[in-house]
Amino acid sequence: MSESSPEKERPLLEVRQAGKRFPGVRALHRVDLTLNPAEVLAVIGENGAGKSTLMKILAGVQEPDEGEILVDGQPVRIANVHDAMRHGIALIHQELNLANNLDVGANIFLGREPSKYGWIDRKKIREEAKGFLAKVGLNVDPDTLVSRLSIGRQQMVEIAKALSTNARVLIMDEPTSSLSSGEAEQLFAVIKELRAQGVSIIYISHRLGEVKELADRVTVLRDGENAGHLDKDEIQHDAMVKLMVGRDLSQFYPHEVHEPDEAVLTVKDLRTPVHPAHPLSFSIRAGEIVGMAGLVGAGRTETLATLFGVTPAVGGEIFVNGELVNIQTPRDAIRAGMALAPEDRKAQGLVLEMSVRENLSLASLNRDQKGGFLNRQAEDAISEEMIGRMRIKTPHDRQIVRYLSGGNQQKVVLGKWLALRPRILLLDEPTRGIDIGAKQEIYALMEELARDGVAILFVSSEMEEILGMSDRALVMHEGRITGELKREELSEEAVMQLATGRGGAKAA
Amino acid sequence: MKRILGILGLFLAVYVLTWLLADVFSGSDRASFMTEYNHVNLLKRVGLYGIISVGVAFVIITGGIDLSIGSVVCLVGVGLPFMLTELGWPVLLAVPVALGVSLVIGLAHGLLITKLRLQPFIVTLCGLLIYRGLARGLTNDQVYGFQTGFKGLKQLAVWRLPITDSFGIPAPFLIMVLIAIVAAIVLNKTTFGRYLMALGNNEEAARLSGIQTDRMKIVAYVICAALAGLGGMLFVLDTNSAAPADFGNFFELYAIAAAVLGGCSLRGGQGTIAGVIIGAALMRLLYNTINLLPWIPNNIEFAVIGTVILAGVTVDELAKRVAARRRAAQRDA
Repeated sequence: MSESSPEKERPLLEVRQAGKRFPGVRALHRVDLTLNPAEVLAVIGENGAGKSTLMKILAGVQEPDEGEILVDGQPVRIANVHDAMRHGIALIHQELNLANNLDVGANIFLGREPSKYGWIDRKKIREEAKGFLAKVGLNVDPDTLVSRLSIGRQQMVEIAKALSTNARVLIMDEPTSSLSSGEAEQLFAVIKELRAQGVSIIYISHRLGEVKELADRVTVLRDGENAGHLDKDEIQHDAMVKLMVGRDLSQFYPHEVHEPDEAVLTVKDLRTPVHPAHPLSFSIRAGEIVGMAGLVGAGRTETLATLFGVTPAVGGEIFVNGELVNIQTPRDAIRAGMALAPEDRKAQGLVLEMSVRENLSLASLNRDQKGGFLNRQAEDAISEEMIGRMRIKTPHDRQIVRYLSGGNQQKVVLGKWLALRPRILLLDEPTRGIDIGAKQEIYALMEELARDGVAILFVSSEMEEILGMSDRALVMHEGRITGELKREELSEEAVMQLATGRGGAKAA
Repeated sequence: MKRILGILGLFLAVYVLTWLLADVFSGSDRASFMTEYNHVNLLKRVGLYGIISVGVAFVIITGGIDLSIGSVVCLVGVGLPFMLTELGWPVLLAVPVALGVSLVIGLAHGLLITKLRLQPFIVTLCGLLIYRGLARGLTNDQVYGFQTGFKGLKQLAVWRLPITDSFGIPAPFLIMVLIAIVAAIVLNKTTFGRYLMALGNNEEAARLSGIQTDRMKIVAYVICAALAGLGGMLFVLDTNSAAPADFGNFFELYAIAAAVLGGCSLRGGQGTIAGVIIGAALMRLLYNTINLLPWIPNNIEFAVIGTVILAGVTVDELAKRVAARRRAAQRDA
């Protein structure tokens, strides 16, 4: 941990000893953060490290339980978004917050419309919007509907909107997560331009390549606490990873090389409804863990959804244990021995208002039924077994799943499937949004299942996870599989090269 | 169990209050509420409305709605005497046809909603208009009834299980109890019931768990329409005749209100049969109260019932929030 170079300037924004608790979780504990004028500060950390909470506190979405915030050296209270705006702080959410049905100008001035005699002054909106759009290098007419812009352009509108509030501090939460590589490059150019104009940027990301390119300094959070701090010349990939994970990677990922068996799942020229032009072919062997890498929107989630019959294939063949199977619904896929832990577990994986027990047994009720009636003994047995085996932290099996932490919710999703003893396990972002402890437990479980001969295909946007857990990785770009990397060929550069569809190595 | 205590308490409160106001402090020495005659009638009405309320509860639990119940009641209610008297069909043909028509109606609703992905509100709103129109067209708006015939069939509505010389439990109430018991078993003890609850809460998660959600929903609409048809039959056997222009008017709203009072959320995934029955009972009790208390004009009936329902669901919602906050506080400690 090193302190930043001799302080000539007073920090623009300072957080001292911030703490925040949520029911059952300590999200932040004695966190410090310093932001100087006209700099890009990257805040990095694993999911659940407290980055988002810290940013919400700065943006007035949540109030801290402890600690203080200083703007220009003066203690301030940021109780709501309006206070944040007054102090020149604007947050650009991971999911954009634009009204799709309104035009660009209306979005920029939403809630602060200039008016004349009580009527909205459209002319003024147009003129001023043009100015802010120019600042972010976006050449669109302010009358364009937001819904007609690409995600990358919508993000520029968000930034223009933030600038229109005279923001001096822009907080960007995972801004590149849904951008193409071209759009990301544009965003970086805008960020550098804004810094030159004196705007400070807090840049949250776990894409370390981007951090290296952009950041003047890096603050690392881990488990809700400060884990370390890096100055410009110290920003190196390994240094960042070490601070984020808190130990060497080899210890964190319990990976051992498996002796893969015969192919369990073979896919030939599978065409998904989203990318019908790109037939996919691959196979996965028993006891093998295959990672699926790629940028958001590359078609990974869609591939899993098609394999599992959520969005049935429009062409191609799926073989399980050498036999051709016809998968039109999730039910067909389950019969063929597959299980899917979906990306959005709250929307797709769990019945949130039902109990742990009812969720754990949901997929196996049909198998265990007695002439249409529930089999309570079987249900109790499954519930007890899975709570123990997965170490689900819950006061009792009647607890409503909504009240569990993210990690325990994910364990419930996995437990539901393990009750069926699947031969093929499809995992879509299996550790998204869960704490480090639960993450490791899930990795250990994947290992255990692979040892038992389950074929695992997992999608992940976390490079470390792909590198750490895969026996083999498939990389997708814009709907096609651009490459396959064996364990010994796996590296961040190799994956990124395939994931961005670029021929050359990624510029660092 | 906790969920129905509130509505049960409300029911008992209105019951005691009605007794006090109508009998004890009425200034008249003749009781009007606490009489055997009144209670036989009340039980019969609870039975009739309870049956259609149980039906709609199944649909509401899936997160859907059925607005066509009143019109199904009407179509069956005038169709049955029409077939028996106008067409001269035998009972053994007319009754299965009446019930068959309601099954087909439910099936049509279910298919339109699941396969064509039409909204339940729209499909059943159109149903409300179509079946009413069909009933009126079929009969040319004439009242159809059984006159003095069909005594055996009418026993379904007028027979009583004798308790004392002058008091007996009316058949519709007994039928409702039977249906409620079966419904409660289906909802709580079968995989179908569990699947309905699961898909009402999160249809996507249910489908991804291998549940045939479309099929389950179709069955729910069939159950709802079938119970509406059975209800319509019992209603007309009770009243002896039906006028197609207004028979069954607003019954869907009574049924939905009873289900909501009884703890069903229109968002789906919640509800108990016991709650729905008490909800239906509370509706009929309120109606009775308004009729018996001379200082409440009968024509504000809807306003009173509406206010009570609104108060009931408001209190319920507030209680839920307090409970959620307490739970959060407990976990935090």
